[in-house]
Amino acid sequence: MRTLPRRLAVAIIVAAIVVFLSIKLNAFRDYQIAEIAVDVTAVAGLTVLTGLSGQISLGNGAFMAIGAYVTALLLLHLSWPFYAVLVVAAAATAVAGAAVGVAAARLRGPYLAGATLMLGVALPAIAYAWPATFGGDQGLNVVFTTPAFLGANFPLTRWQAWVSVAVALVTLILLANLQHSRIGRNWRAVRDDEVAAALDGINVAAARIRAFVVSATSAGLAGALLAIITGLVAPGAFTITLSIALLTAAVIGGLGSLAGALWGSLVIVLVPTYVTDVATSHGLSSSVGSNIPVAAYGVLLILVMLVFPQGIQGGLQRLFSLFAGPDQKPRTWRTAPTPHITPSADQAPASQHEKEGTS
Amino acid sequence: MNRSKRHLWQATAIATVAALGVAACSSSSSSSSSASSSSSSNAALTASAPGITPTTITIGSHQPLTGPAAPGYDEIAPASTAYFDYVNANGGIYGRKIIYKYLNDAYDPTTTASVVRQLVLQDNVYSIFNGLGTPTHLAVVSFLNSEKVPDVFVASGCECWNAPSTYPETFGWQLDYVSEGKILGQYVAQHFKGEKVAYFYQDDEFGMDGVKGLNYEIPASQVVSKQSYVDTNVNIAPQVAALRASGAKVVVAFSIPAFTALLKLDSLKLGFNPTLVVSDVGSDPITLSGLLESFAKQAGATVNGNQLTNGIITDGYLPSVGDTSNSWVALFTKVHNQYDAKEPLDGNFLYGMSVAYTFVQAMLKAGRNPTRADLTNAIQGGLPQGPMVAPFAYSSSNHLGVTGAYIGTIQNGVLVQQGSVLTTDTSATGPVTTFTGTEEQAPASGIPSP
Repeated sequence: MRTLPRRLAVAIIVAAIVVFLSIKLNAFRDYQIAEIAVDVTAVAGLTVLTGLSGQISLGNGAFMAIGAYVTALLLLHLSWPFYAVLVVAAAATAVAGAAVGVAAARLRGPYLAGATLMLGVALPAIAYAWPATFGGDQGLNVVFTTPAFLGANFPLTRWQAWVSVAVALVTLILLANLQHSRIGRNWRAVRDDEVAAALDGINVAAARIRAFVVSATSAGLAGALLAIITGLVAPGAFTITLSIALLTAAVIGGLGSLAGALWGSLVIVLVPTYVTDVATSHGLSSSVGSNIPVAAYGVLLILVMLVFPQGIQGGLQRLFSLFAGPDQKPRTWRTAPTPHITPSADQAPASQHEKEGTS
Repeated sequence: MNRSKRHLWQATAIATVAALGVAACSSSSSSSSSASSSSSSNAALTASAPGITPTTITIGSHQPLTGPAAPGYDEIAPASTAYFDYVNANGGIYGRKIIYKYLNDAYDPTTTASVVRQLVLQDNVYSIFNGLGTPTHLAVVSFLNSEKVPDVFVASGCECWNAPSTYPETFGWQLDYVSEGKILGQYVAQHFKGEKVAYFYQDDEFGMDGVKGLNYEIPASQVVSKQSYVDTNVNIAPQVAALRASGAKVVVAFSIPAFTALLKLDSLKLGFNPTLVVSDVGSDPITLSGLLESFAKQAGATVNGNQLTNGIITDGYLPSVGDTSNSWVALFTKVHNQYDAKEPLDGNFLYGMSVAYTFVQAMLKAGRNPTRADLTNAIQGGLPQGPMVAPFAYSSSNHLGVTGAYIGTIQNGVLVQQGSVLTTDTSATGPVTTFTGTEEQAPASGIPSP
């Protein structure tokens, strides 16, 4: 089986499961599915940036803000169809990502973290500077409705879940192709040793900028989805907490792994709700009960880091390899250069960026 | 080939486990049918709306129980719960008990969007009650209105809740910041005629609405400096230096408690000692005094909180906790001691009980078997002012809450009323006038009458 058909098959199976679940579950669970899809989209982009190209970003929340504001403005003023809005939101954040990437390509480690942190803090504040355009603190309302062909009684949250999951799956397929293409191999080479990569003829700066563009675009798509599921785009939703939550999800799930992006997103969306339910159902006083989810989150983070330093996905791969026999070593990006990958010429080009890279 | 099959299997297994994870956390719930029935005095109690059963009324809220906004504000929902417990123990609302489910949003709007959907879509609450915060509640206001869920008595003074045509389900409760700015502004204009005045305000809707009100009343020629802060940056030394350099004799602050305390301490450091006029939001004497002492301690100094708050001018739309002769304070002290004596009895606690009282009042007015629309109609028809010092503005064209407040000064850690209650509106020209009506007395039963 070729890799692209295989990924498509997985995506179709996942889509079928989501459709089934969204019909079986209540409206709030549909909303949570949409929330998870938003996070998966953003975290997948970040995990590629950090895990594969070795750059850190504490500013991906700001890219989400760009995607969300573009979405809100286009829906509000021009009433564009959502798929067209998605394309523009992705393009706008890609441009922003390229601009940031140019600066980021010159920075390393803590300096890069500092610069992107500044971006994450400062950019959403622009909304206050032009309240007439961006609605200031109150933000912009986004009206998103179910299409007419689904009938009047089709629940909005189910439609939101479907749209979000569809966008998340397409993003994942594109990222997976990218990861296994020449571009992805260049990223790993740059990450592991920049000098060696440069000696091999890889344009280090270009590879790093490309990773930023890809990561920002994913965040922009996630921002567009967030805009349509919450119905409001306001600066308060894009604080530094969001950027840090994204990075946390990427680390918990397993840096560099797209499946890990799913695990991490499941954890950051479901764990707080679940623990809150448990805490309140045991009749704890509110001062104790309200702090338990925060504590549980912290404990989980520590445990994952101690038990699975490679994140949940790394841990699962280790478990799989235990069952598969001693000869099947866990495959991690850091240690094994993925020998089974088919040549990139066999793959359908996943995106514009990949075409540029393989040409 | 073998390997790729294994990958397919792996990936499918992952997807399935993920799906099961979502399913396992789900709980079944179905919305109750909304059959409206007559509200005659002996009609049987029915499940007249989502969240209402013959024996219970379930309402929900989002509150900052952790995070930067939690200190002080995390007492509000437990205070409301204490009052609801009191009502439940004394007959409930037409025999129904109130179940108040409030979830922590940590003052993060994305979390607010999620927890409010949980309350509405999964827990099927009848109404959202006293959701706290401007940026947080803005994230859910259009969702609640599109779902036609009553969104009553938002815990924020933003003028934005007053939009009956776009947000027919949403109602404010506390004094809006524009009116508050006008009341404080008029006091400053009258009592500090010709003196140099400066503003210190939070750089968001709260601060800017307050400044708007102040500007309506204080002549622009008197205002020598306007300094803003953002609530994520505790270094306000540059702003305080600018206030000092402006030579202001009076500083009017629209700030949250932590920043009122920082303003006071940073001013002391510079030997700057203006008269402070502080919004109700940032002036609860007990909260402020505690913050002053703990901030000073962190900096290695010892101060007496109550001594530092002495002389701060502020306003109040609820009776002062220190006014023990007030019938409402007596009632709420009784409920506090009986149901939640662990929490401090301060302005925040009084706030939580007062807003719960107003809710019980509105529910009683909505009838024996209320639909959701019955609640909003009951509020639009006007409510008695209850513990508030001034009347509510509620009508079909006005969804703001209370319309007035009194000016008070902090003396020895207690807010002391100065002069009469003043009422006004949010318009540029609406006058600030003395309230001539009488304040309501607390009912002997402690529960409002329908």
